[in-house]
Formats: sequence, C-alpha cells, structure tokens
Amino acid sequence: MTEPRFTEDEVLRYARHIFLPGIGGEGQAKLGRAKVLVIGAGGLGSPAAMYLAAAGVGTLGLVDFDHVDLTNLQRQLLHDTNDVGRPKVDSARERLNDLNPNVEVLTHDVALTSANAMDILGGYDVVVDGTDNFPVRYLVNDATQLLGIPLVYGSIYQFEGQASVFLPGRDNPCYRCLFPEPPPPGTVPSCAEAGVFGVLPGIIGSIQAVEAIKLVTGAGEPLVGRLLLFDALAMDFTSVKLRWDPDCPVCGKSPTVTELIDYDAFCGVTP
Amino acid sequence: MIEVKVPTLLRRHTGGEPVVRGEGTTLGELFTDLESRHPGLTSGLVSGDGGLPRHVNVYVNGEDARYLGAMATVVSDGDVVSVLPAVAGG
Repeated sequence: MTEPRFTEDEVLRYARHIFLPGIGGEGQAKLGRAKVLVIGAGGLGSPAAMYLAAAGVGTLGLVDFDHVDLTNLQRQLLHDTNDVGRPKVDSARERLNDLNPNVEVLTHDVALTSANAMDILGGYDVVVDGTDNFPVRYLVNDATQLLGIPLVYGSIYQFEGQASVFLPGRDNPCYRCLFPEPPPPGTVPSCAEAGVFGVLPGIIGSIQAVEAIKLVTGAGEPLVGRLLLFDALAMDFTSVKLRWDPDCPVCGKSPTVTELIDYDAFCGVTP
Repeated sequence: MIEVKVPTLLRRHTGGEPVVRGEGTTLGELFTDLESRHPGLTSGLVSGDGGLPRHVNVYVNGEDARYLGAMATVVSDGDVVSVLPAVAGG
C-alpha cells in the first residue's frame, strides 16, 4: 500500500476525512480518483453534488437540460437568485468549483434518453439518481444495470422520501425489483403539482451523498437490499427489506430487457 | 386491530390521518375492512386480477407482502402494515 500523495492544500482541505477512521488517506485518495455522475441538478442533486464536491470527488458529472427557475430556489441550493434563467448545469458548475476548485465538473446539458444514456453513464464509477420523473428513473436503472454501475436511488414526495442503493450483481435488487411497473399515468402528482417541503430533498440528497462516498471508499455497509423511508412530519426513519426478484426483467435470472427501451411508452406518457 | 401506515399520497382517503386501524385475518380481508371505513383507501391497492398491483408495495412488519402470500398474507392484531407507492420527485 503506497502512501497517497496530497498537496499541502489538499491535506488541509480534507484533513477531517484524512484523520477520520474509516475514510483516512486511502479513502480520500479513492475519492480523488472517483468519477461520480449526478443525474438532475435539482432538489436531490444539489446537496448530493455539493457534498461530493466538498469531499473531493475527482470527477463529478452533472446531467440536466433545464434552466433555473425562481420556484427552484426554495430547495435547490446549487443555484442562486442571480442564476434564474441560466442553464442549471452552468450555475451548478460555478457553485461546485467555488466550493472545491480541485473537482473536475463535467456537464451534460441534455435530456437523458435511451439514445445517449449508455454513452453518458459509461465510464462513471457511481451514478446518483436525482431525477424527477418515472421514465428517466427506469431508464437510469436499466442503464446502470446493463453497464454494471452502482446506482444511488433517492425519491421524494411532499414530506416523504425514499433512498436505496442498487448494486448490480448477484441477488441484489434493482429499482424494477422494488417497483416492477410505474404507476398509471396521472395518479402520482409531480412536485410542481403537489408541492414539496424544501428541506426534504436536502435530507434525502445528503443520504445519497453518504452512500456514494461509502461506495467509493468502501466504508461501512451500503444501503443495499433495504429501502430507507423518511417522513419529515412524523420525523421518522424506517427501513424495509428489499428483495431481488428472480423474475426481474433486467436483473433477474432470464432478463428480457437487454437494451434500453422506450421509457415514455413503458410509463404510458406522451413525451 | 392492525395498524396501517398511510402514505401522504393516500391520506385524502383518511381525512389526513397518517395511521388508521382495521381488522381481518388476511391482507385481503384487511383491505376490504379498510375500504368500508375509508372509501377509496385500498381500491387502488388491488390489481385487476385481485392481487397486489406492481407499482405499490405493501409491507407487513417490514416484509414485502408479495413474498408473504400477497392478498392471502396472514395478519393479526399488533401487526403493522405499511403502504408504499412509487414516487418520482427529485
């Protein structure tokens, strides 16, 4: 084991991790070599990307096609009032590089689709799902399963959140094992329609950052095979068992989804 | 009585209550009982073929009911049933 080399600045910047049992110099060096992709620079992506940048993840990818809207600022801390109207990936890159100039921020100012997902996701060590709709969630799940990349899942609704880690491999569940099919279109309102408690994505997105850092450094036990549930009003964390489904079309014994499909059609939505 | 945790998405059927109680010896009976107490609460939790739908998860004491016998899952006093719909916000 070679002693990881840090600059003087890095030794100070990451001192609290380098001296932390469980991360240490070795873990910090792994973070510096890691490539993590955060999909969605919104509510979940904001805290996830900021903590990952602060932690010194070497390459941080961001996917978002959207522009900053005034209604985003109640929870999306990557963006400032002055950023309204700008592409989210631009304001996000500025914020992240202000936070930590050592991080290489790669931005993808596009909508993730079946046509580009394998190219964009390929090469990353960990993917963090901070998207806001069912078609892209199934797309990201299937792409990470096909590519063999760990996926850190998080999702929110009003005052409640969920998180898990889908680690491709034997007997580990994926998003389709959790929810084999999307809900009928129109039955689950979006945040825009139903409202969302501003701090909620801060909590769930931070949990996603925790899990991404654990996957990179090997610290602790990843949130695999468990679904963490958070209720802000009851201030209650619980977890339920999540099982691998042998009949899962993507990660089961006889997969039928062997390439990316039309996810809008799968979810019954018109693009 | 069996305690049932109601997700935000379905609380419009329970007058906003996060927890309701019902009776039955199986999950199917419990759902029928709950539907009579809170119309609309469990009608969306039964698929066309009378089983559990594939976009909502039901847990009995933290275990996925799909693996416990689905609607035939045996329940008794003191059990905690949680309903978890898929949500996609981010």
